[in-house]
Amino acid sequence: MATVNLTPLRRGGPFGTLRDGLLIAGRNLLNLRRTPGAVVAALVQPLMFVLLLAYVFGGSLGGAEYRSFLMGGIFAQAVTFNASFTAIGLAADMDKGMVDRFRALPMPRGSVILGRTLSDLTMSAVTLVVTSLCGLLVGWRVQGPVLDAVAAYGLVLLFAFAMSWVGATIGLVARSVEVAQSAGLIWLFPVTFVSGAFVSVATMPGPLRVVAEWNPVSATATAARSLFGNEAPPAVVPPDSWPVQHATVYALLCAFAIIAVFMPLAVSRYRRIARG
Amino acid sequence: MSAPGTDVLPPLRQPLPPLGDAGPVPAGRQDAIVAEGLTRSFGDRRALAGVDLRAPAGSVLGLLGPNGAGKTTTVRVLTTLLRPDGGRATVAGHDVRDAPEAVRARIGLSGQYAAVDERLTARENLQLVARLYGMSRGAARRRTGELLDRFALTDAADRPSGGFSGGMRRRLDLAGALTVRPAVVFLDEPTTGLDPRGRADTWQAVQDLVADGTTVLLTTQYLEEADQLADSIAVIDHGRVIANGTASELKATVGGERVTVHAAVPGTTGAVAGVLASLGPYRPEVDPRTGRVSVATDHGASALRYALAELAAAGLAVRDVSLAPPTLDDVFLALTGKPRPHGAEAGAEASGPPPARGGEPGGDGPAGGARRRSRGGKGAHAWRP
Repeated sequence: MATVNLTPLRRGGPFGTLRDGLLIAGRNLLNLRRTPGAVVAALVQPLMFVLLLAYVFGGSLGGAEYRSFLMGGIFAQAVTFNASFTAIGLAADMDKGMVDRFRALPMPRGSVILGRTLSDLTMSAVTLVVTSLCGLLVGWRVQGPVLDAVAAYGLVLLFAFAMSWVGATIGLVARSVEVAQSAGLIWLFPVTFVSGAFVSVATMPGPLRVVAEWNPVSATATAARSLFGNEAPPAVVPPDSWPVQHATVYALLCAFAIIAVFMPLAVSRYRRIARG
Repeated sequence: MSAPGTDVLPPLRQPLPPLGDAGPVPAGRQDAIVAEGLTRSFGDRRALAGVDLRAPAGSVLGLLGPNGAGKTTTVRVLTTLLRPDGGRATVAGHDVRDAPEAVRARIGLSGQYAAVDERLTARENLQLVARLYGMSRGAARRRTGELLDRFALTDAADRPSGGFSGGMRRRLDLAGALTVRPAVVFLDEPTTGLDPRGRADTWQAVQDLVADGTTVLLTTQYLEEADQLADSIAVIDHGRVIANGTASELKATVGGERVTVHAAVPGTTGAVAGVLASLGPYRPEVDPRTGRVSVATDHGASALRYALAELAAAGLAVRDVSLAPPTLDDVFLALTGKPRPHGAEAGAEASGPPPARGGEPGGDGPAGGARRRSRGGKGAHAWRP
C-alpha cells in the first residue's frame, strides 16, 4: 500500500532545532551564492566606511595611528549593520510565503530563525575577512599575540550573532520587506555612532557620554582593539569608566545578555504568527 | 509517531450526509478531517463564522466558494498556520491546537501562491523539504528523484525554479506537499491561474492521490472542478458552510442544466422568456444588459430541442443558444437567493478559469474542455444557427 508511514521520528529539543537550523542556513547561503550582487553590495559598505573614516577623518584625528585604532570600531560597526540582513531576510521569507511553507512542516519552532542568524553569521565572517584585508591596505596590523587576535575575531562574531537576534525580532515584527528595510536600518546609526567605535567618548556631552561608554558596540570595539594590540592615538583619550576598563568582560556580558533577551523574544514572535 | 487510524487509509466512500441546512454532520469513525464551529476574526472582519466540516479518510472534500468566503482561512486553520478563535478541529486524528506538531507530520500543504524558493532548483527545493520532514540525506535524495519523475520535472530538475512556468511551479509545490505521503493533503486553489493542460495535470495528480488512499481537501471557485474531483462538496460563503452534498445534489438545487437563448431582435426577450417558461417548472431569468434569457431544466438536450422548435414556431429569431451545466453563480443564487458577491475574478467564472500567468511552453496538450466532458457529457454545448 502506498500509505506506508514515511514520516520519520522527529527530534525536538536543541538538537532538532540545530539540525533544521543548519538546513535552513544552508538554503539561505545557497540563495546568497546565487545573488552575488547583493553580497558585493553588502561588502562595499564596510569598505566605504574604512576609506571614509581613514582618510576623511583620519588626518585630523591622528593619521596612521588613527587608522590602526579605527579598525576595531569598523569591525564592531560592520557586524552590527549585518543585523539588518537578518531583519530583511526573515521579512522577505514571510512576504514570499516561505515561512508558511516552513511552518506547515514538522520543524522545531526556533529553527527558521536560528538558520537565518547562522547564515548571517557566516556573512559576518566574510565581512570581517574582507574588511581586515582592507584594513591591512590602510596600514592596520595585528600587533598583539595571534591567539588574542583569534579571540578578538571570536568576540566580534559573538556580538554579530547577538545583534542578529535583535534583527530577527525586528524582521518578525515588521513582516514586510519595506518596513524591515527602514526599521531594520535606522536604529543602527545612533547605536553605532553614539559609541567609542570611531572617536573618543571623552569629548561627548554628559548623558551622551554615559550612553556611549555603556554601549555594547563601544565595548566590542574597545575589546577588539586591545586584543589586536592597537593603541589609541593621542587625540583619542580613553576614559577610565568601568565598561572601558573591563571592555572584554563587559562585551561578553553584553553579547550573552542580548542573546538571552532577544532569542526568546524572536521565537515568541515567530509563534505568534499563528495568531495573525 | 503514528496515530491510531491513520496508518492505513482504505479508500472509503462513506454515504454522504443529505444536502440541506449545513448543520453538524454526523461523525464517522474514520474521519480524517473534522472541524466544528471554527471561528476566526481579523480585527472587525469575521473570516470564519462557525465552520463545520467532515471528511472521511480516503475521501476528497471540495471547499467551494467565491473569493473572500473563508476558504483559505479554513485551510490555514486546519494546517496549523493560524489559530482559530473558537471551535475545534482534528486532522489525521490530532487536534490542530493541542498537537500541531503531530498534525504537521501527517499533512501536506500546497498553497494558493506556490511557495517555492525561486533561487533554488526544483531538486534543491524538494530535497530541502524532505530533509525538513526529517529524512536522512540519502532518503531525501531518493524521494526527490521519485517526485521529480512523477511530476514530470526531471528535465527541469536542476534549473532555478524562478524561471518555471505557472504550471511547473504548481507541480513543484504539489510535489513538495506529497514528500512524505501524508495522510491528509490540503490543496488551496490548486488550479487557479493554470492553463488547461496545467489543470488537467493537477486533476490527474489529485485522482492519483485518491487512488493511494490519501484524504484530500481542496478549495476551488469552480463547481465543475469540485464536481470532477470531490466526493463531497461544502459550499462556503461569509465564513459559513451553507450547503453540504455531492455535486449532483448541489446541482439539483438549481435544477440541472441551463438553457440560455440570445434573442436576435432586442425587445423580444419577453416573448422568448414566455416560451422558455413552458419548458418546465423553473422561472426564466432575463439579463436585460445582454439580451440573454436563461432557464433551468432537468431534461438536458431534449429541452434544448424543444425550446428551439417552440421558438421557431413562435417566429422568434435566435442569435445563439446554449445548454450548460450550472455554474457556481447559479448555485449561489439558488442557495442564498442573491447573486454571489462579485470579486475580482468572478467575471471569469462562466467562461472557465483564467489563463495561466506564465503559460506552459510546448503546446496546449489535450484541451481541458475535452477532458472535463469525458465524464458523462456535462460540458457546455453551443449552437450557432
